[in-house]
Amino acid sequence: MPDALIIRRLSKAYVPGKPVLHDIDVEIAAEGVTAIIGPSGTGKSTLIRCINRLVEPTAGEILFDGQDLARVSGVALRHARRRIGMVFQEYNLVERLTVMENLLCGRLGYVSPWRAWRRKFPAKDIEHALTLLDTVGLSGFANRRADALSGGQRQRVGIARAVMQAPRLMLADEPTSSLDPKTSVEIMELLAGIARSHRIPVLINMHDVALARRFADRILGMSGGRIVFDGPPDRLSEATLKQIYGGEDWLH
Amino acid sequence: MKAASVPAPTYAFPQSRAAQITFVLLTVYVIYALTQLDVSLERVGQGLEHAGRFLGKMIPPNFARSELLWNGLAESLQIAVLASALGIVLALPFGLLGARNLMPSWVSWPARLVIVVARSFHPVVVAILFVKAVGFGALAGILALTVASIGFIGKLFTEAIEEVSAKQVEAVRATGAPFTSMLAFGVLPQVFSRFIGFATYQLDSNLRNSTMVGIVGAGGIGGTLFAAFQRFDYDFVSAILISIIALIMAGEVLATAVRRIFIDNATLRQLFRGGTPAHDRPLDDD
Amino acid sequence: MTATVTTPLSTSRRTWRRFTPAQRTGRFAIYLLLVIAIVTSLRTIEVIPEFLYDAPDQVVDLLTRMWPIAWTYYPRGVHAALLETIHIASLGTLLALVLAAPVGILAAHRLVPLWPINWAARLILVASRSVNSLVWALIFVGIFGPGPLAGTLAIAFRSIGFVGKLVGEALDETHAGPIEALRAAGAPWRSLLSFGYWPQVKPAFWSIALFRFDINVRESAVLGLVGAGGIGMTLDAALNLFQWDRVALILVAMFFVVIAAEISVTQVRKRLL
Repeated sequence: MPDALIIRRLSKAYVPGKPVLHDIDVEIAAEGVTAIIGPSGTGKSTLIRCINRLVEPTAGEILFDGQDLARVSGVALRHARRRIGMVFQEYNLVERLTVMENLLCGRLGYVSPWRAWRRKFPAKDIEHALTLLDTVGLSGFANRRADALSGGQRQRVGIARAVMQAPRLMLADEPTSSLDPKTSVEIMELLAGIARSHRIPVLINMHDVALARRFADRILGMSGGRIVFDGPPDRLSEATLKQIYGGEDWLH
Repeated sequence: MKAASVPAPTYAFPQSRAAQITFVLLTVYVIYALTQLDVSLERVGQGLEHAGRFLGKMIPPNFARSELLWNGLAESLQIAVLASALGIVLALPFGLLGARNLMPSWVSWPARLVIVVARSFHPVVVAILFVKAVGFGALAGILALTVASIGFIGKLFTEAIEEVSAKQVEAVRATGAPFTSMLAFGVLPQVFSRFIGFATYQLDSNLRNSTMVGIVGAGGIGGTLFAAFQRFDYDFVSAILISIIALIMAGEVLATAVRRIFIDNATLRQLFRGGTPAHDRPLDDD
Repeated sequence: MTATVTTPLSTSRRTWRRFTPAQRTGRFAIYLLLVIAIVTSLRTIEVIPEFLYDAPDQVVDLLTRMWPIAWTYYPRGVHAALLETIHIASLGTLLALVLAAPVGILAAHRLVPLWPINWAARLILVASRSVNSLVWALIFVGIFGPGPLAGTLAIAFRSIGFVGKLVGEALDETHAGPIEALRAAGAPWRSLLSFGYWPQVKPAFWSIALFRFDINVRESAVLGLVGAGGIGMTLDAALNLFQWDRVALILVAMFFVVIAAEISVTQVRKRLL
């Protein structure tokens, strides 16, 4: 199975001389859920955001869909971004818009600005959106305002928005960190389900190791801006976790 | 406000030292300023006598010259409508260009400068300059109030844009949306209701101002009013004043209707039925 | 009431509309009204073409006459008038605060639950803000004669409506909880006011006062055009004599006074609120 995403020697330094990411090398296969775990500040979020260039890499290559994402700009960057769906920790829905309009945001990369402004999206997009709402369990919510939803509901909309893009890759930056445990599991089930049903790679950044073990096919452990563990969940030992996170108390 | 540092306060609401000082300073200032302005009780007394006579001449109001009155009001209304329309249309791009979170500084600083200058001068002063440039009449009034509108709406629009949540915009950007779509779906929904708020406020303000730019020759009922004053036709003056108040009250009603339709998504029936609009209702505590 | 998702029986395609038909009617009505207003205004406004063609020449003429700016006129003619303008603005605002408080209270139904009084007070507030400060100045010049007294009263009377309306809105937004608690404890009406409403309204009140002061500085500067004191009178004199270089000086002075007032207000706001 060819790799969907190849990252080579990726580095990022917000302050020159103090890199947050050190020469990251990783290949993501075309299917499956990959979880990135590690303590705060270790660069997990930076890594994810470098992929769709929400953060500018300092050096390195990000090969996706036949292009180096680290180099593209302008229209090519937009076209690349529309192929990558992203789910955010704080959902990042446009609060004042309805659920339907938030979903249609996922199609903005494909629809002309004029038609988008007039809300004249193709009928199949509307149909797709309504079907997706059913899939994520929010049937009938199409015309609720986004700020009237609970956290779990908002994240479902966020996921649906990303899926609307018909992405080849899904990124999720701490998608469950703002949610309660039960809702977190539901969201992870959704994400894993999408990975299976749409057969795309899903890259999730998370701090809940138990969740990662339960839902991921592959785990990347990061510490100090480097990948220190790369393998299936059952090979993730307590010793490794101690190495990644440091200290023991939090384990019990 | 910090409480006064007294060992055991003997009363429940200690007055802060700062508040007391401010109060004293203000009183001193008032006395000083009154002397500067040459305000004496005698003067005030004379004035009250005049006021009595004045009011006597104003009542009853004289609506006899209704055509003159009506033309003046209509012209004021036209000035307000066109100045608001033109002002809003021009303020939007300037406001957008002035937003530092969207635009590079070589774009935002000139735009902000234009807006600041537009706001710095009283509409009457600007009207005087336009009267010199384009002659007496409504055009000067329209241009003057357009400038005022650009200054007001432009400033508030820029502020609103700079206060939008960057996260919502980031998410739209991550979908690969082009810049204009990002504005339309990420930025504008966040500022829309505030924009309607100050657009309707400016419409109101322009309506008010349009009733007085005529005093310097820029058209509208202001000229009629000034002429009536100079001829001591105080009963006509009161008629004009009453009409102005009615016009502005009507304007306020319209502004509220527009706000309810665009911000609260009210229907016409809901408008007429009245009651507290959705966004005014107090929130239930959780 | 929100928009609908309809499922026509014939096809399996569902449609989506952002607004219900009822909402769309309302929006359309406003658009229509706006278009009619603009078109009517455009058609009936009188524009004299000759003046329009002349405009660029007039502007050039204006600018040449304004330069060089008559800086030396400042100490003699402008400085005192500027100070007078500031006094007019300050005293006028303070007087307005004092007068607006009772009227604002009478207009608030939560404080004075008598509709006729509320409406009468609200009428006073509406009248106050519908009449421009320049028009108020005309009235007071007629009563008290030319001079800063007329200007101060004009500023005060105009500001009553502004302050009263915004304070009324602030009063409407106060939490009922503390008021209820005080009432339950048997507090008399005046105590309800000073311990229940005032603490909640205080920050908004000062914010509104500062806001109005800022506007009043601008307003006070032009009242002199109708004889109500301040820098406006100097401006009027210069305009009547076509001394555009002095006019330019006065405009520059006005600009700086307005900026100074804004900066002071911002500083006070930072410290106070």
